[in-house]
Amino acid sequence: MTSLTMNEVMLIIGMALVTFGVRYPVLALVGKMELPPAVIRALRYVPPAVLTAIIVPAVLIQDSQLAIRVDNAYLIAAIVSIFVSWRTKNLLWTILIGMAVFLAWRGLMG
Amino acid sequence: MTRREEFINGMKATIPMVFGAIPFGIIFGAVATTGGLSPAATMGFSLIVFAGSAQFIAAGLVSSGVSIGLIILTTFIVNLRHALYAASLAPYMKHLPQKWLLPLGFWLTDESYAVVISRFTQPDDSPYKHWFYFGSAVLMYSNWQLCTLIGVIAGQSIPDATGWGLDFAMVVTFIGIVVPLIRNRPVLVSVLVAGSVALLFDGLPNKMGLMVGAFAGITAGYVLETWFTPDKITETVSNPMELMESDPIAMQEIGD
Repeated sequence: MTSLTMNEVMLIIGMALVTFGVRYPVLALVGKMELPPAVIRALRYVPPAVLTAIIVPAVLIQDSQLAIRVDNAYLIAAIVSIFVSWRTKNLLWTILIGMAVFLAWRGLMG
Repeated sequence: MTRREEFINGMKATIPMVFGAIPFGIIFGAVATTGGLSPAATMGFSLIVFAGSAQFIAAGLVSSGVSIGLIILTTFIVNLRHALYAASLAPYMKHLPQKWLLPLGFWLTDESYAVVISRFTQPDDSPYKHWFYFGSAVLMYSNWQLCTLIGVIAGQSIPDATGWGLDFAMVVTFIGIVVPLIRNRPVLVSVLVAGSVALLFDGLPNKMGLMVGAFAGITAGYVLETWFTPDKITETVSNPMELMESDPIAMQEIGD
C-alpha cells in the first residue's frame, strides 16, 4: 500500500475544509433567520443553472476543443439522454439508456 | 411515518441516483490513482472530502501538476453551489440539534439534495423527515466509498481504465436531474444562458467559467420571471426543485 505524502494530506485537509465550509455553516445558520422571498425565488434557479453549467462544457469540449461532431460520443449520448429524460421524466431510464448509448457510440466510433 | 420508514424511504428514493454514481465513483478511483494520487489519498478524497465532481476535477488538476493552493481554491468554487442547496434546505432543518446538522451538512450532495428537498416540501407534518435525508445520505456515502475502492483496484490492474470515458455518468445523472425541472420559460432560458455562458468562458482558469455561467443563468431566470410576474415577487415559494408549477407564464407541459 502506497502511503500518503505530506502534500496529499494537506490537499485532502484543505479540500475537506472548504467543502464542509460551504455546506455546513449555511445549513446551520440560515435556518435561524428568515430569507427574503426574492432570495428564495432566485435560489430556485440554482440547481438547474449550476448543473447545466457543469454539463455543457463537459459534453461539448473534448481535448480542450469545441467538438460539435458526430464522433463525439458525449454529445450524441447527451442528446439522447435529454430526449429520454424529457419524455419519461424517469432518472433511472435516463441514466441506463444514456450510458448504453454512450458506450455503444464510443465503441462504434472506435 | 416512523423514523425507520423515513430512513428506508430515503434510501429507496436515492437508488436511481446510485446508478449514476456507480460508474462515476469507479472512474474517479481509476483516474485519480493512474493520474498520480496514491490509493490512500484517493480513498481519503472520497472518505473525507466527499464531493464527486470536485474530486474528479481535483484529480485532473493533480495529474497536470497544479499547486495545492490552486486545487483547494478550485474545489471551493466548484462546491459553492452547495451553499445554495444548504440555504434552501435550512428552513426545514432549523429545529435540529448540531449532532444532526454536522453529519447532514457533511453529506450534502447534488443527488441527496434533489431527493431530500422533494421530501421536505411535501405537505405532511412528519417530524422525522431528517431521517429520510439520513437514509439518502448513508446510501450515497457508502456507495461512493465502495465504488472508489473498486476504481482504485481496477485502475491498478487495468491500466486503460481512464480511457473508458465513464465520466459521462456524471453528465447523464445531471441531465436526468435538470430536464424535469424545465417546466416553464424562465427555467428554460436560465439553463440555456447558463450552458452558453459556461461554454463561452470555459477557458477561464480554476473552473471559473462554471460559476460565471451559473450566475448568468440564475440572473436570466430570475429577471425573466420578475419581468413577467412582478406582483408575485412577494410570494414565498418553498420548493426550489418544483419550479413554479402554477406560474402564469408556465409553458403548457413542454413535454406533450
